[in-house]
Amino acid sequence: MIVKRPELSWWERIYLPAILGGFKVTGKHFYRTVFQRKSVTMQYPEQKWTVPEGYRGAPYLVKDPDGNTKCVSCQLCEFVCPPKAIKITPPGPDGQVADRVNAEKMPKEFEINMLRCIFCGFCQEVCPEEAIFLQKDYSLTGLSRGEMIYNKEKLLNLGGVHNGPIKKWEHKLKEAEEQESFPVKQN
Amino acid sequence: MFDWINNLSPGMQTAVWATIKILGVLFLAVLPMVSYYVMAERRISAWIQDRVGPNRVGIPLTKIKLFGLGQPAADAVKAILKEDFMPAHVRKVYFWLAPMLTLIPAFMVLAVIPFGSTLGAQKMVIADLNVGILYTFGIVSLGVYGIVLAGYAANSKYPFLGGIRSSAQLVSYELAMGMSVVPVFMLVGDLNLSSIIGYQQGTLLGFLPNWLIFKLPFCFIIFLISAFAETNRLPFDLPESETELVAGYNTEYSSMKFAMFFMGEYTNMIAASAMMVTLFFGGWTLPFAGLDQPATTIMGGFLHIGIFIGKMLFFMVLFIWVRWMLPRFRYDQLMDLGWRRFVPFALANILFYAVYIWATTSGAAN
Repeated sequence: MIVKRPELSWWERIYLPAILGGFKVTGKHFYRTVFQRKSVTMQYPEQKWTVPEGYRGAPYLVKDPDGNTKCVSCQLCEFVCPPKAIKITPPGPDGQVADRVNAEKMPKEFEINMLRCIFCGFCQEVCPEEAIFLQKDYSLTGLSRGEMIYNKEKLLNLGGVHNGPIKKWEHKLKEAEEQESFPVKQN
Repeated sequence: MFDWINNLSPGMQTAVWATIKILGVLFLAVLPMVSYYVMAERRISAWIQDRVGPNRVGIPLTKIKLFGLGQPAADAVKAILKEDFMPAHVRKVYFWLAPMLTLIPAFMVLAVIPFGSTLGAQKMVIADLNVGILYTFGIVSLGVYGIVLAGYAANSKYPFLGGIRSSAQLVSYELAMGMSVVPVFMLVGDLNLSSIIGYQQGTLLGFLPNWLIFKLPFCFIIFLISAFAETNRLPFDLPESETELVAGYNTEYSSMKFAMFFMGEYTNMIAASAMMVTLFFGGWTLPFAGLDQPATTIMGGFLHIGIFIGKMLFFMVLFIWVRWMLPRFRYDQLMDLGWRRFVPFALANILFYAVYIWATTSGAAN
């Protein structure tokens, strides 16, 4: 295809239309920003943007609606974590029992190094218990490297409660109770 | 308060008054103006680009923000405290010399500009030279040495290219600029800038101010565009085009040396605005309420200074505004515009006005 190169007219060649057009465009933007206060930037620490749904911010541990730790210390997230930011200390054979009825164990310590974390979301994806979620925090700050390693308590506090529709352990508990009184139906 | 000056010999009196005026103009007008010009540039640029710009710095240690008017002070502190890094490969003597050579001529130009009528018995001009405009052009052409030397001293590719470009650009546009003001002097018949302002008193055709812009519009257009080129502003900022030459001649500079280039550039813009106001917009005059006559009271003197600064502000804002309107010229386009358009145009302009003045005055003589 041959694109025709348009010849500039004399009027165009004396730059005046370009200058007038320039004044028009810049003047419009100037008016918009100064008089209508419609700047596209925001005054960041005072003004903050709304984080969209599905945003991948910092990963935090969540509790179930009863306030129990959901994590069962399976360490899948630790294994899948590409930058090796997660470090789980399992309770061991004689360790603390899980908060939750019917859960086998919960982590003794759960650390995420937020300086290493790349917010990829693999931990959330791999978690069989829906215990870790990438949430909406994007501005993580600390005064030292040590401060940026978030421990279990901090992660649980930041993570809050997760009200998922699938209440896997409630279901399991019911099943287990049904097992106790087996056979249930005796006609 | 000033009695002791009147007891001195006339020569001493002139020297003392000149010193007072130099210090006053430099520290009360030009330096604050430069720092707030930088601030204005940042704010206006931001507004044109839909941003807010620096609005945080107010009075230190308080929550008072004052629309960010403390920013120049913060910038100055930053410039002074930054490491003055000198790369190992630079030519040291010229590296030191270049920022000074940029700043000093910029300030020197301001000496001949009448920034007000009179304040008390003193004419508000530092040096009322008979060859005012020639002096200005002489000094302005010194400004190029600072940039060329900076490019040479930095001893690396991009600054060198910037220096070369600036020498070519400044030389070509100075020619057009110099020729554009020749009709002004043919009309006024004097090179003294105060006389040029004196010529522009009164009105034209009853309603227009008797400013030379209305008599010599083409001279003004050439002068304005050349002034953009002379001050290295967009669309003619080839010596320091950020996108092509990193920052051109001042790539290797840091800290206060860089700040001196910066101040030089902004002082040049202030000087160019002042020149345009003086030559084409009647200086400190306004054509009504008797404001075109030299002031007789102190208040009137200050009012004239205010009028002058007000007119200057218009051009200073124009310098900033145009930066966001037009893209940078290509080097060959720049040279083409300078040599093949403006120089012949300016020559034709001189010829036209020469013929015009000859025809009208000889007609009057007959």
